[in-house]
Amino acid sequence: MAWIVAIEVLVKIGLLLGGLMFAAAYLVLVERWIAAWVQDRLGPNRVGIPLTRIRLFGLGQPIADGVKFICKEEFTPAHVDRVLYTLAPVMMLVAALAAFAVIPFGSVLPGFTLPDGTVYQIQLVLLPGLDAGILLFLAFGGIGVFGVALGGWASNNKYSFFGGVRSAAQLISYEVPLGLSILAIVLAAGSLRLDRIILAQADTGWWNAFVQPLGFLVFLVAVCAEAGRLPFDLAEAEQELVGGYHTEYSGMRLMMFLVSEFLHMIAASFLIVILFLGGWHFWGLTGSGLEVGWGGALLRVIVLVAKVFLVILGFMLVRWSWPRFRFDQLMDLAWKVLLSWGLIHVLLVAAWMYWANEWPVWTLAVANWVSLVVVWIVTALISPPECDNRPRRELGPVGNVTPVAVSAA
Amino acid sequence: MSQPGTKKIRWVNETPLSPIERTYIPLVVQGLATTIRHLFSKKITVQFPEERYQPPDPIIYRGVHRLNRDEKGRVKCVACFLCSTACPARCIDIEAGESPWPDREKYPVRFTIDMLRCIFCGMCEEACPVNAIELTSLYDLSGKSREEMVFDKNKLLLIYDWTKDAEPPLERLIAAVGTREVPGGQSPPEAPEETWPPADAAAFDRVAERAAEARLSPPGT
Ligand code: SF4
Ligand code: SF4
Repeated sequence: MAWIVAIEVLVKIGLLLGGLMFAAAYLVLVERWIAAWVQDRLGPNRVGIPLTRIRLFGLGQPIADGVKFICKEEFTPAHVDRVLYTLAPVMMLVAALAAFAVIPFGSVLPGFTLPDGTVYQIQLVLLPGLDAGILLFLAFGGIGVFGVALGGWASNNKYSFFGGVRSAAQLISYEVPLGLSILAIVLAAGSLRLDRIILAQADTGWWNAFVQPLGFLVFLVAVCAEAGRLPFDLAEAEQELVGGYHTEYSGMRLMMFLVSEFLHMIAASFLIVILFLGGWHFWGLTGSGLEVGWGGALLRVIVLVAKVFLVILGFMLVRWSWPRFRFDQLMDLAWKVLLSWGLIHVLLVAAWMYWANEWPVWTLAVANWVSLVVVWIVTALISPPECDNRPRRELGPVGNVTPVAVSAA
Repeated sequence: MSQPGTKKIRWVNETPLSPIERTYIPLVVQGLATTIRHLFSKKITVQFPEERYQPPDPIIYRGVHRLNRDEKGRVKCVACFLCSTACPARCIDIEAGESPWPDREKYPVRFTIDMLRCIFCGMCEEACPVNAIELTSLYDLSGKSREEMVFDKNKLLLIYDWTKDAEPPLERLIAAVGTREVPGGQSPPEAPEETWPPADAAAFDRVAERAAEARLSPPGT
């Protein structure tokens, strides 16, 4: 038995690494296309098959980019802390890749019988049956922060340092609402395992996004901030920080940083789909049990990947839609708005689990939608999402200059 | 403006957000709607080597320079150095010599423009009293070496030959419109016929040599 497990794990690791690197490379292309289209440009459309004139809509671009990164000089500035400088991108990449160990890429493959008569079923996740699934994921996310902070610190450059510090503060702040919204999901599903969470949604047919809209919203915002995507990309705000924490990096090390950022986004999208959008479940299409044939298993993988792709497209569109938050607004959003929303949400779900567990699930959904509307309106009224930090008019005359109030027409 | 001490600060208050706007929803929707609209809108990229951008008005476009010829085919420049004085990038280098023709005192023996330093501001064109230097609408300017990008008199005259039909020199335009006197561009009434290039000017041997070397290919070939 041991040999077949070893083979299974090795094959899975190979597929996972290859698939993720491939996905990251081509998502960069998709991102560049979307960026171009949104700006009324065409985007990369030239590179096709090398040495021919076949262009293939630019599908060769990621390969060319990869070759370019590999061929680039890997320059280490003289003023950096060499050990940490080298370690930081590796750490970030390893953490980003390791997080995928607990992510199920579908449900199970149909079982097949071994020579000794036992039925062997392959789960489409690297670490099947790990009870601490989601915790492990969060833990690796936490290690990823080290990569950013160390990269900023080791670069010995003020801009990099600002980027690293900002990112550390931001990630730590957003872990809290993120954890709260996950907590509510875990409460409702009764398990930390991601496959169980999907199964629970598939059983009822109620995706968590419909049952727990408040938690969904908190999670969306928090995970977007965790992945460092715009409008939360303060760690590498080009307009303020040159390149942020990877200003001093070049060549393959820079690529490690960039790839791990994309992996973070992919992981975040997987989490959104698995926790809130039903994972591989789709009504009337995929069934809900674990007994599937090859067709069913394949269909589930396709549904899951399609959902993830749509979420990633959403991320990419959002990037060009809304302006970046200022740092104080970012912190306000995390600690004043999302934290309280998350707490209210967890309390609501916990109360429902305790007293109303026997009621049909739509009662929880109704309660949550009502709470979402109420909480949103209350937030809008008492703490509007604008932070006015202009100098105060009430301060009165400064020196011999008398401020005069003029309202905008 | 009032004195610094008495100056009043104009304090413009932000328009307060309406209750609906405070929910953030309209702003979020507006942002996304704009993005999605542009996602499907017509793209403005010009696929350069296959398609070429046509400057909407080639006459006022500021591309590669040319040195105009007069109606006898001689270089029109009188080596007055006004263009190189006006040039903010200091990229025009002129070597003046005594003119072989009786209708002017000087002419440029050498006239080079360093296209790598030029910022295509058009100041030289503004400064020239005889409309000898003009900016054309050629924009795809490239070369394989720095030396190649320093355009000498011959190249600049060649550019005139290529572009004079598509983009007539200023005074011809003005004459066509017939509204204004040609500024400083009057042609000498009884100038003796000269052959081009004049056989006696040794300097022109070099120019002729360079002419053979001129690497620029005319547009469209
Ligand atoms: S266009 Fe401007 S920068 Fe270029 S040569 Fe003329 S004056 Fe100089
Ligand atoms: S300003 Fe005109 S005439 Fe004078 S040197 Fe320049 S090109 Fe020649």
